[in-house]
Amino acid sequence: MAPVTMLEGIRQAIFEEMDRDPAVVALGEDIGVYGGAFKVTEGLLARFGPERVIDAPIAETGIVGAACGMSYLGLRPVVEMQFIDFIACCFNQVTNFVAKSHYRWGAPVPMVLRGPSGGGVHGGPFHSANPEMYFVHTPGLKVVYPSTAHDAKGLLKSAIRDNNPVLFFEHKYLYRRIKEELPEGDYTVPLGKAAVRREGRDLTILSYAAMMYPALEAAEQLAGEGIEAEVIDLRTLLPLDRETILASVKKTSKLLIVHEDTRTGGIAGEIAALVCEGAFEDLDGPIARVTALDTPTPYSPPLEEHFLPNTAKIVAAARELAGY
Amino acid sequence: MSPNLTRQQQLDLYYFMQLNRQLEDRMVRLFRQNKIVGGLYSSLGQEAISVGTAFALEKRDWLAPMIRNIGALLVKGFKPRDIFTQHMAKYTSPTLGKDGTSHFGDLKNRHTISPISMLGDLIPVMTGVAMAGRYLGQKIVTLTWIGDGGSSTGAFHEGLIFAAQQRAALVLVLENNQWAYSTPVSRQAPVKDLSDRARGYGIESRIVDGNDVLAVYATTKDAVETARAGRGPVLIEAKTMRMKGHAQHDPAEYVPKEMFEYWKTRDPILLYEKYLTENKIWDAKTKSEIDARIERELDEEQKFAEDSPLPPAELAEQGVYCQDGCHNIEAEWQRPKKEVTPPNCSVEAVWKVEGIGSAANSVAASTRAAGSGGNGAQPVRKSIAKPPAKVATKPAGKPAVKSPADDSATARVPFGRGPKGKSFDRGAHGKQGRR
Repeated sequence: MAPVTMLEGIRQAIFEEMDRDPAVVALGEDIGVYGGAFKVTEGLLARFGPERVIDAPIAETGIVGAACGMSYLGLRPVVEMQFIDFIACCFNQVTNFVAKSHYRWGAPVPMVLRGPSGGGVHGGPFHSANPEMYFVHTPGLKVVYPSTAHDAKGLLKSAIRDNNPVLFFEHKYLYRRIKEELPEGDYTVPLGKAAVRREGRDLTILSYAAMMYPALEAAEQLAGEGIEAEVIDLRTLLPLDRETILASVKKTSKLLIVHEDTRTGGIAGEIAALVCEGAFEDLDGPIARVTALDTPTPYSPPLEEHFLPNTAKIVAAARELAGY
Repeated sequence: MSPNLTRQQQLDLYYFMQLNRQLEDRMVRLFRQNKIVGGLYSSLGQEAISVGTAFALEKRDWLAPMIRNIGALLVKGFKPRDIFTQHMAKYTSPTLGKDGTSHFGDLKNRHTISPISMLGDLIPVMTGVAMAGRYLGQKIVTLTWIGDGGSSTGAFHEGLIFAAQQRAALVLVLENNQWAYSTPVSRQAPVKDLSDRARGYGIESRIVDGNDVLAVYATTKDAVETARAGRGPVLIEAKTMRMKGHAQHDPAEYVPKEMFEYWKTRDPILLYEKYLTENKIWDAKTKSEIDARIERELDEEQKFAEDSPLPPAELAEQGVYCQDGCHNIEAEWQRPKKEVTPPNCSVEAVWKVEGIGSAANSVAASTRAAGSGGNGAQPVRKSIAKPPAKVATKPAGKPAVKSPADDSATARVPFGRGPKGKSFDRGAHGKQGRR
């Protein structure tokens, strides 16, 4: 099989799940005739028809609310946010209606809310968001943020089959920049499991989504200096894979967390607390983090480059940490 | 109003309205005894709407109550103990004590969706239930309520827009009880009939006297049939009056006394009792039998609730996620899945745009209509279009608020200067250069 992009992996997951199960339907703005702003749903309407692929009005609260209602009757809606930034428009519906449903009254909401996220493409303050932590802070949701085409496809399939609401973030920088061969036939990647991308003994670099690439690049550079970094891809942010995180920290004794999300309230803080609770005695240096700045995502290229983490920043932080 | 109802059904309407009222009356007493854990909201004076609308639904239909729709839950088959235990946060409540008031539901049997406190959100949700029902071939109708206040929310508009676009089988009952907490409806929206909004969504609407249970029933029945026939959503505005404060804590002193006095004479149960008597549908004996039955049932149900335990503390940790097979999610298909499976469901993915250029035509048409006053609009008078010579005089001693439009070279609000040594002069932009 020819290598495919992450976007194609996501597209395949939706197609295959809709083929497999007529309870799976898709809703979103411009997802039908147009095929979605990024063309993730291209061809979906032609194959599955307007009853299953619904071009919705520009009404995010309306869309998510309707998807929630559909899921109460046993359907499995896959909702596209044209840009994940617009999830702010339906925040109440997601965090109050959808997330609390099963806990409050035992009504599961098997829906997926997916959309292009992340910066690095000069999208400016409203088309570059990494809003994962609003939702990681919301019990009842699951939050997935893949970094490879293989994982994106397998995780999205798991998300669609999951009985809980899953927020599925698709880093738009990665949509067409990475390619890989995917396994033939049906496969899934389990939610809540991190992946060790590179083994190492000197320190652990934890990251996810687009930051995996500078993290791996940094590890490569560090190896040239004799520092062997273990690199872990979180893949799912809620629930976090505590076991894999703690096992790695116990092995390397040093932890650097890298995320494209802004610094304050980013997942690095949560992981640092988790490691203090579960592996404090094993630590041999301060838990370090490389993150975006605590600002909105700026538009102009030099500003955005300054705002985002990169390989050099990760290498510098890792070197300092390795010095302990 | 001659309803298409049997005598027993007409007596049932009374039973449910009176049960609703007596149940709430008992809860007021429980509230005063500190046995209600949270807030208590009253539907006093609005029972005809809850009961009359829900009565128009079939068993397969779905509803989602608001806080003042206890009566609808009773009609849908919930027991008074469900309401008592919910308010008293008991382990025996439908939510096991995890949520209160009317915030509970039943997906399996009573087809009821639990509301949340944020207003308007049920409208898109019930739109989705209706869409799914149609997709699965179930021929269901969904019904929910909104207040006059709640009709200002974005969710109300987004929900109705989506429902209209989908021609979803949704009946939305707008209970105009004239008060959004402390704010009168006239101060919320400058429209006489909130149902006028339906026109903007391209859907049907009705207005009904919300204190006349038979009118409410008949209007809803008609709307339900309209929706079930695939003619799209219907908005019913039921005019009524909230006879208590927003909740128990609120004495509603902002409501003019005469308003309460007037609406007391229009009490929905009083009006209906009169109807039943005048039309010889019941006699004093039947009434006292029903009333006694209600007393008996409520005694028993209240005792059950009061005797029930509070939930064990550890329950707080449980049930955030649907896992370990706690639910088997299976849609109830009432049409062949084949119909929605490729290639049967496949289409040519193109828009069929009818009447190309019609937008321009309609613009032209409305311009003509405006010119002749045909759409009710007055032709624009030139004197209005001309700006007055002087807009305002500057009050002495106070600096004028300067609009950015006043000065083409507006000074920028400094929001960061860049690193030291790299600041620059914007020269050509005049005043806005950094200094």
